[in-house]
Parts: sequence; structure tokens; C-alpha cells
Amino acid sequence: MKLEQQIERTNELPLSAKLSRYKHFQKYTGLYFITPWIIGFALFQLYPFIASFIYSFTNFNIFGKPSFIGLNNYVRLFTFDPDFKKSMSVTFAYALIEVPGKLFFALLIALLLNQKVRGVNGFRTIYYLPSILGGSVAISALWKLMFMKEGIVNEFIGIVGIPAVDWLGSPNIALITISLLQIWQFGSAMVLFLAALKQIPIDLYESASLEGASQLRQFFSITFPMITPIVFFNLIMQTINALQNFTSAFIITKGGPLKSTYLIGLKLYTEGFNNFKMGYASAISWVMFACILCFTLIIFRSSSAWVYYQDGEAF
Amino acid sequence: MISISYKPRKLIISYIILVLGGFIMCYPLIWMFFATFKTNAEIFASRKLLPNSFNFDAYVLGWNGVGEHTFSRFFINTIKLVTPTVICTVISCSVVAYGFARFSFPKKKIWFALMLSTLMLPNSVIIIPRFLLFNKLGWLDSYLPFIVPAMFACYPFFIFMMVQFLRGVPTELDEAARIDGCNAFQTLALILYPILKPALFSAGLFQLMWTWNDFFNALVYISKVEKFPLSLGLRISLDSASAVAWNQIMAMALLSILPLIVIFFFAQRYFVEGISTSGIKG
Repeated sequence: MKLEQQIERTNELPLSAKLSRYKHFQKYTGLYFITPWIIGFALFQLYPFIASFIYSFTNFNIFGKPSFIGLNNYVRLFTFDPDFKKSMSVTFAYALIEVPGKLFFALLIALLLNQKVRGVNGFRTIYYLPSILGGSVAISALWKLMFMKEGIVNEFIGIVGIPAVDWLGSPNIALITISLLQIWQFGSAMVLFLAALKQIPIDLYESASLEGASQLRQFFSITFPMITPIVFFNLIMQTINALQNFTSAFIITKGGPLKSTYLIGLKLYTEGFNNFKMGYASAISWVMFACILCFTLIIFRSSSAWVYYQDGEAF
Repeated sequence: MISISYKPRKLIISYIILVLGGFIMCYPLIWMFFATFKTNAEIFASRKLLPNSFNFDAYVLGWNGVGEHTFSRFFINTIKLVTPTVICTVISCSVVAYGFARFSFPKKKIWFALMLSTLMLPNSVIIIPRFLLFNKLGWLDSYLPFIVPAMFACYPFFIFMMVQFLRGVPTELDEAARIDGCNAFQTLALILYPILKPALFSAGLFQLMWTWNDFFNALVYISKVEKFPLSLGLRISLDSASAVAWNQIMAMALLSILPLIVIFFFAQRYFVEGISTSGIKG
């Protein structure tokens, strides 16, 4: 019902006065309500965002006066700093293992739970719990203990005759161990997939079975296209997260061995808060931001080719 | 009409995968629980899940921590950090969400797009200027770097989540309230908050979990041991001794996440609904 009509009906004040007051109220009240966010955004997001960009062109550290050094920080990063190159490649490798691994398990379990199985809620609880706890130092400590050379994981794979693996000490494997901790937390992506799967109209499958489409065919022709918006969303959020991981690598391996888990987040922390090279660290953060932006744009750009929106509208 | 029939054999395979997978998912936590009762030697020497005997030494010794501060201090600190942050987040984000969801105002679309774009703003890009700003304000080694941004609704996830929720609530309610003489604030407080309760709860729980587990920000903003929350407290006990007493570490690690586990089991619905309505990740 139109508000103007309701106001007309109350009819106590002269209509015109009430209407104009109401319109003014309508026009600015919303702004008052979002004011806290505008202030917070300006102070704690926009200002730091711009400041770090400016710092990245200076030799700013906590102790001295900063002066502009142009692109020197960036030049140094890409030409003289072997650690930086290493941490870039480590971070990309990590995202390449972690994100697909996580999404694969999330989708697999969501598909299984979307059948007529009993105890869906129980299973969902169990699979979801790790994503609640996984980011904590506590779980990183647990991971470190479990994957030690004489730890429980090696004892288990020893049962089936696999020789002990140096999960944390070998430069080729340590990154996988860290990734496993992230993959273990696939539950939140799974819950999203499950919610999306429940939205698929059942008659699509009915007509598909009538026409004799196999289960596999149904998955690729109905299920997957229908959930591509959620795949897309998960892909973006998980990639952004993966590129920023810090806690697990910092606690479990401290970036080692031989910098094989020296993620870019660790590099940033070391330069900014151990060496107090704020300008240099800002440059690192902007390279990181540029990477995140690139990945997001690539995923966005490619989305028109593979993401299917039912009502023809992007979100 | 043919309904999709699942072959029983396929369903059995699904059950086997689900149960086995669930077991693998849970096993680390179960093992962690029993490891807290084992001796250090037993943790490494024995493949058995159950300890030889249940003793609580690891809890007692671990609680005393390293140096002069016990885990009581770290627990109290975490609560002092988390409680105001969660409360401020819920209030500020709901007020802002109300503004976005219920009013039209000049340039609203731009503001909203701006708010959504900050979802993708990585924390690492803003952490250095934030650190310098908080340093200048003298807020380091206090919990203000967590609480004040929460007061100013710097959590676009929750704003978005509540906007989505409010969009599902009919506006006739607001209009009726306004005709009955409620102003905009009263409409929010008296009419919408009771309806919004599940969304407020979801936001609060997610914020609780994130702040409770947060390590990176705590590491940057807090350097005095007496101000350490649990995440930093655990880390010093992990790093301090050369031969780490793993049973003590596991005992304290378990205690530090126990509140989250308990809350999760009681309030699971809110977590699931929260991420399903907004698509935020846990």
C-alpha cells in the first residue's frame, strides 16, 4: 500500500505539511542510519587504504622521517628480493592446491547429503565443525603435533604400509600439510553448496530421467549449471582468503623449511612488524592486493562463460 | 509422475563415504581430547586412542602457563576483547543495515556498492596504516583496535547479511508502526529487532568466533603479555620451551576452543542460516 494514501487517511495535519515533512524524513533518515558506517569506512578502511598506497612509495619506518623514493620499493621487490619471489610462488601454489581441494570436497559431501539420507543434520554438524575451529592457534598446534615425524598421521599410514613422511620437515611436502589444514575446513563452503542444491527444482531431474539421462549426465547438465553462481561465489571468497593465509603457516612451520611455506602474509608481517620497514611492507601489501584484484577480475570476466543465472541477472 | 528413485546400493555407498569421511573429519578432535590425558611420551609412543590412565596433570600444569601469567589471565583477556566487540558489531551493523534496507536516500546505490566492495578489501592492505594510526592514538596494547572499528560497523559481511534478512521482512510492518507513532528508531528497536533476532544472533556468533580465533590482528596490536588473549597465550607456550610439553599444549588448546565447540552445538542453526542467507564464509 502506498504510504501517501495511508497518510491521507489519517488526515490530522494539513496533508501538504505532513507530506513534505514525511518526504524530508524519507530522504535523509537513511543517511543518518548509515552514518556510523560512513565514519568507520572513512577512518578505518579508506584512509588506511590510501595511506598504505602512499607509504609504498616511501622508505617509511617507525624510527625515521619518511621520504619519497618513487618506485624503489617495487623495483627492489621484483629484482633484488629473492624471498619475495619465493613467497609469491609459494602463495600461488598454496592457493592452487587449497581452493580446488576445498571446493571439491565441499561439493562432493554436499551432493551426498542432498540425497535422501538420514541424519543430514548430524552429518552437516560434523562436517561443519572444523570450519568453526580451524582458524585458531589451537588447531594449528594440533596439526603440528599430528603431522610430526613420529606423530599420529605417520603411525596411521604405517598401518597400511606407507613409509613415514616428513610432513613438516620436507620442503616439498610442508606446503601440502598446511593446505590440508585449510581443506579440512571445507564445511562452510559445503553448507552453501547444500543450500544451493536444495533450490534446484526437482522437475528438472524428473524430465531428465524420463528422457533417459544418466546420473552423470544429469550432474553435468542440470546440477552443476544450476549451482554455478555458488561455485563462483565460493571460488572468489576462498581465493581471497587463501592468498591472505597467515596463522597456520606462522604457527606450524614458521615459513620453513627452506621458506617452502613462506606465504606472502608472513613476508608482509616480517618486513612490517619485525623489521619495521613500513614503506616496504606497504609495497608488498599492494602487490598482494593487485594479485587479489587480478584473480577476482579473471574469475568475474570468465564467469559469463560458465556461470548460469536462472533469472538472467548477475548478483 | 515418476519420482527420482535412488538405488539402494548407491545410497549405501553414500552412507559409507559419509560415515568414513565424518570419522576422518572428527578424528583429530577426538584424538586431541584423549591426548590431553596422556603423558608426553605416550603421545608419541602409542598408537592407541585412549590414554593408559586419565590424569589431569596436563591441565593443571598447562594452566599455569609460562612465566608469570596463567591461562586465567588469557581467558579473561579474551572475554574482555570479544564481548564488547561482538555487542558493538551487532548493534552498529544492524543500525546501518536498517538504513540501507528500509530507506531511500541520495546516492544510496553508490554507498551500497562501496560497502559491498569493502568485502573484498584484504585486511593486509590496511593493517600497516591502521597499526600506525592506533599507535598514534595510544590504543596499542588495549582492545580498542578491535572494539572501535566494530562500533563503526566496519564489518560489511554482517551489514550485508542483515540487509538480506531485512529484505525478507514485509515493509507493511514499518509503515504500520510509523502510523502508530513510532519514529524510525523506535520502529527498529521495538518492531524489527524482535524479528531480526535470528540474524542478530548469527552475526554475533560469527563475530564471536572470528574474534575469539583471531591471531594476526592480536599479534600486531598487542605485545604486552598481560594483555594477551588466548591465541597469543597459546603461541608463547608453544614457542617458549625447547622440548614442548605437548600434553599441556593440547590441554590448553582444547580448553581454548571448548567454548566455541559448546556454542556451536547449541547454536548450529544460526551458523547455518547465517551463511545460507548471506553467503558469508565461516
